[in-house]
Amino acid sequence: MEFVLASRPLLAVSVSLLAAILIVVCGRWPNLREGWTLLAAVTKFGLVFSLLGDVLGGRTPGVTLFEVSPGIALALRVDALGISFALSASLLWILTSVYSIGYMRSLGEDHQTRYFASFAICLSSTIGIAFAANLLTFLIFYEMLTIATYPLVVHKGTAEALAAGRKYLVYLLTGGGALLLAVAWVRHIAPTLDFQPGGILPNTTGATELALLLILFVIAVGVKAGLMPLHSWLPAAMVAPTPVSALLHAVAVVKAGVFGFARVTGFVFGADMLQRSGVINPVAALAAATILLASLLAMAQDNLKRRLAYSTIGHLSYIILGIVLVTPDAWRGGLFHIITHAAMKITLFFCAGAIYAKTHRENISELDGIGKQMPVTLGAFGVASLGLAGVPPMGGFLSKWFLAGGTLAAEQPALLAVLIISGLLNAGYLFPIVYRAFFRRSDQFTKFAEASPLMLVPLCLTALLSVGLGIFPDAFFHWFSLASETAMSVLQDTVK
Amino acid sequence: MTHIPVLIPAPLLLAAFLVPLAGMLHKGLAAAVALAGSAAAAAFAVLGLGKVIAEGPLHYELGNWPPPVGIEYILDPLSAFMAVVVTVTGFLSLVYFRPSARHEIPDRFVTGHAVALLLLAGLSGMVVTGDLFNLFVFLEIASLSAYALVAIGDKQAPVAAFRYLILGSLGGSFYVLGVGFLYFATGSLNMADVAERLAPIYHSRAVIAAAVLIAVAMALKMALFPLHLWLPDAYTYAPSAVAGLIAPIMTKVAAYVLIRVFLGVFQPSFAIDHIPLLPAISWLAAAGIIFGSVMAIAQQDLRRMLAYSSVSQIAYVGLGLGMANPLGLVGALLHVANHAFMKACLFFVAGSLRYRTGSVRISDLAGMGRKMPWTFAAFTVAALSMIGIPPAAGFFSKWYLLLGALEVGNGWFVAAILLSSLLNAAYFFRGLEDLYAKPGGKEDESRVAEAPVGMLMPTLLLAVGILVLGLLNSLIVTEMLMPVASGMYQR
Amino acid sequence: MNLAGFFANFTYVVTTLLLVIGLYGMIGKRNLIKKLIGLSVFQTAIFLFYIYGAVQPGGTVPVWDARFAAAAQYINPLPHVLILTAIVVSVATTGVALALSVAIYRRYGTLDETALLERMKRDS
Repeated sequence: MEFVLASRPLLAVSVSLLAAILIVVCGRWPNLREGWTLLAAVTKFGLVFSLLGDVLGGRTPGVTLFEVSPGIALALRVDALGISFALSASLLWILTSVYSIGYMRSLGEDHQTRYFASFAICLSSTIGIAFAANLLTFLIFYEMLTIATYPLVVHKGTAEALAAGRKYLVYLLTGGGALLLAVAWVRHIAPTLDFQPGGILPNTTGATELALLLILFVIAVGVKAGLMPLHSWLPAAMVAPTPVSALLHAVAVVKAGVFGFARVTGFVFGADMLQRSGVINPVAALAAATILLASLLAMAQDNLKRRLAYSTIGHLSYIILGIVLVTPDAWRGGLFHIITHAAMKITLFFCAGAIYAKTHRENISELDGIGKQMPVTLGAFGVASLGLAGVPPMGGFLSKWFLAGGTLAAEQPALLAVLIISGLLNAGYLFPIVYRAFFRRSDQFTKFAEASPLMLVPLCLTALLSVGLGIFPDAFFHWFSLASETAMSVLQDTVK
Repeated sequence: MTHIPVLIPAPLLLAAFLVPLAGMLHKGLAAAVALAGSAAAAAFAVLGLGKVIAEGPLHYELGNWPPPVGIEYILDPLSAFMAVVVTVTGFLSLVYFRPSARHEIPDRFVTGHAVALLLLAGLSGMVVTGDLFNLFVFLEIASLSAYALVAIGDKQAPVAAFRYLILGSLGGSFYVLGVGFLYFATGSLNMADVAERLAPIYHSRAVIAAAVLIAVAMALKMALFPLHLWLPDAYTYAPSAVAGLIAPIMTKVAAYVLIRVFLGVFQPSFAIDHIPLLPAISWLAAAGIIFGSVMAIAQQDLRRMLAYSSVSQIAYVGLGLGMANPLGLVGALLHVANHAFMKACLFFVAGSLRYRTGSVRISDLAGMGRKMPWTFAAFTVAALSMIGIPPAAGFFSKWYLLLGALEVGNGWFVAAILLSSLLNAAYFFRGLEDLYAKPGGKEDESRVAEAPVGMLMPTLLLAVGILVLGLLNSLIVTEMLMPVASGMYQR
Repeated sequence: MNLAGFFANFTYVVTTLLLVIGLYGMIGKRNLIKKLIGLSVFQTAIFLFYIYGAVQPGGTVPVWDARFAAAAQYINPLPHVLILTAIVVSVATTGVALALSVAIYRRYGTLDETALLERMKRDS
């Protein structure tokens, strides 16, 4: 028992790897196969949740495995930042799995075994990224995530899907190459690769070297985090089935990117080194540009999922902006936004998928009056939209509030303006959808016909979560405290 | 004095002579004798490695003649490591050889086994010998066997073998000429002895000529760009079983000779500062890495794609050697083992595909992922490893090579390593797309099933081995490779 | 031009000449048999080099004789031994090459490299 307790981080990572094997073996018995997914998801969440208590108590439980390079071991350690990300990913996996079952069965999709098995491996990699104790472990799981998501992106097997898959690989493997070089470089100059709050780079590192290294890291995580101009793979990847877009491209893969950014800036570089590199302002400018451009591009999309994709790109840059401003409130806001945005965006994607499963419609222009047929779905959509636009009392408002505070503390009022404008743009590209759904008449949608409860219940739950995060930011999962704790541990020397 | 060093090539030679005799009684017996000999050699190699790590280098004097008069066989960490790689991969290749040869080259089944054993004997002899001319003898044993084995393949095979023969013999001749220069300059043929005697005469033209000749010879044998011309045709037209035997290990042993001669016999500073030999090798290797990958993308034939990929991969080893620092050498040596496993696995898959469908075109991979799931699962593991996805072995060779390149501060090498990963992804994912995403082709459904056990087992073992090598690489590096590398560069 | 030096190293000059002729044959000639001849010439040059290096001016055959105590009074036998090995290798190589030529001729009807490459391309 003692052993199990001590190895919880490792179990949390590997329980879904084991499930993947069982899923493949039981491919011929769909209910049993789906059972493994659900069992793994619940177990994983349970393990992660049990570690929350330890972290809140000030401990950082970890597991060190064998060495994979002289002096560097495959190691896991659970701290506030890691558990925050892991909690959201594992909780949302449970909901996504239920949703997936509903979605895949409604549409009678092929290759379901491959789908569920890949999903399980993806989640394993995600938790591995969250709990990685050093850069090399992080890199290993980061690359595994790229490869594990590929079968999901090309799931449909159409020419379009394969082309999207190729684009996906080019972008993400290039990012992976940049990450490999960056990690090797850190190995070359720093005494250790273990993450430490405040950074691990030696004080003697010169400004140019810091700048180049940071640029490499920005490219590496920026690809996954949709930072322009490295973002093009995201809209293309919308060709994947909606549950994939929901969890992976709103919660796991892209959040792994911003999570990585937080790790690198806070636990490899530290505030001092960031300032010295002189790259902060260009990155902030890039993030700000991404926020605005992505929001504008979102307005121009008719395909619902593509609009949501651009919205995701914009919101990811909120987080990047918060992190790169290196003030406590900006970090609080940014890290909390990882969670709030996940809840809100996944709701929107769940809704999009439910609409597609029920009506086979993908484009917004075809959805006039659909509120009559699917009021619950569109209601949830509306709730989540409010949150993304930053309307209180939603979770999205809270994270934005702290981000705004952070921009002021960093004396960058222009960025505050960016946040405000973006909020308006968010409203501009989300509210009309809800309006047209409920207030435009259409002959096609006359009677109540929601999607299967397997899809409906998860999306209601995530919508509730979006609201709950705004009213009770620390309930059950203490996400806000975790964000705060991370911010303080990283920025303790720079608190103004 | 212990017998283990000579007990590595000896069972292979003995088996090579017994196989034709056994074959006269029964074909299966011939294969069994071959496997027994190869297994014995592998066992001795592993035993030797264990002893070397525990106790230190092992010496054997042939005929009890003490060196430098007699020929000496040495197992030090480097040669023990190489011996294990060669004999273990060789054993798995021989296991694969049996069903594949029975299908593709049935009238050469027995002689094929015998010559394959000679090939392995030659390669393992090259690795354990401590005498420069003895190395030539084993080199030629291995090379001649290789020419013959390549020639028994497709219709175009004899032409490919002929070109291989001309270029390979040229290489061997250059080597022997170089050794001649060294002999006349130092008066000895024993590697350790020559190393001592070379100390005062590094400036002599004879020594420089010798170095250049030996380097060119081994670069040719190793298919280092631009001396790679014999490789694509040879690997493409050889029988599948032969490709699986030669591709993983032949060029690696030539790389080993380069390492041994220029870091072990000559002082490293000679090849780095005195004549810019290692720098030249590293630049050619960097070019070769890119060249091989680019050419591989353009291929339609799976085997030719793998052949060009091999040109690129052996260039990694060349790069690691040419970088002239311990980390680079560690990366190069680790890649020797990693690539042996990866390439063997890939060629085995190509052979299994040919066995079941008769085809070798990449486009014919369509839909095979479902029909031969285990074979292509192994292919996927090997492909991901070649691209450099952790935790497969290939990632770690690139890791050490990158660390070495950063240490040297050469941005071009860094770029070459990273770019080649992307290029590798390009040509492997084309295959993976076809395998899993495209619907099947027109072959007769009932005939195409999973590969036979005799071919599947080595393939899967290698795939597992790739993952094991990756996860346990630190053990290999700290126990075997770092001591070798730092030992060589301290001189 | 230093004529004395030229004649003192006459054998080495011939060796180099043969090496170059051999190389030319291997690379410059299109007929496979001529390539093989080039290889043979190349290898023979190497034999010549080794044997000449074994020469001791005024030395006798390397059979022990009590009258000659110093090693410098005997011709060095080691290079001869090495060359015996190399000759055997060369013979084996030539044998394999000729066998390959027979096989090539049987399949393609020509031994000209250019024609062969064309016909091989048609086969693929």
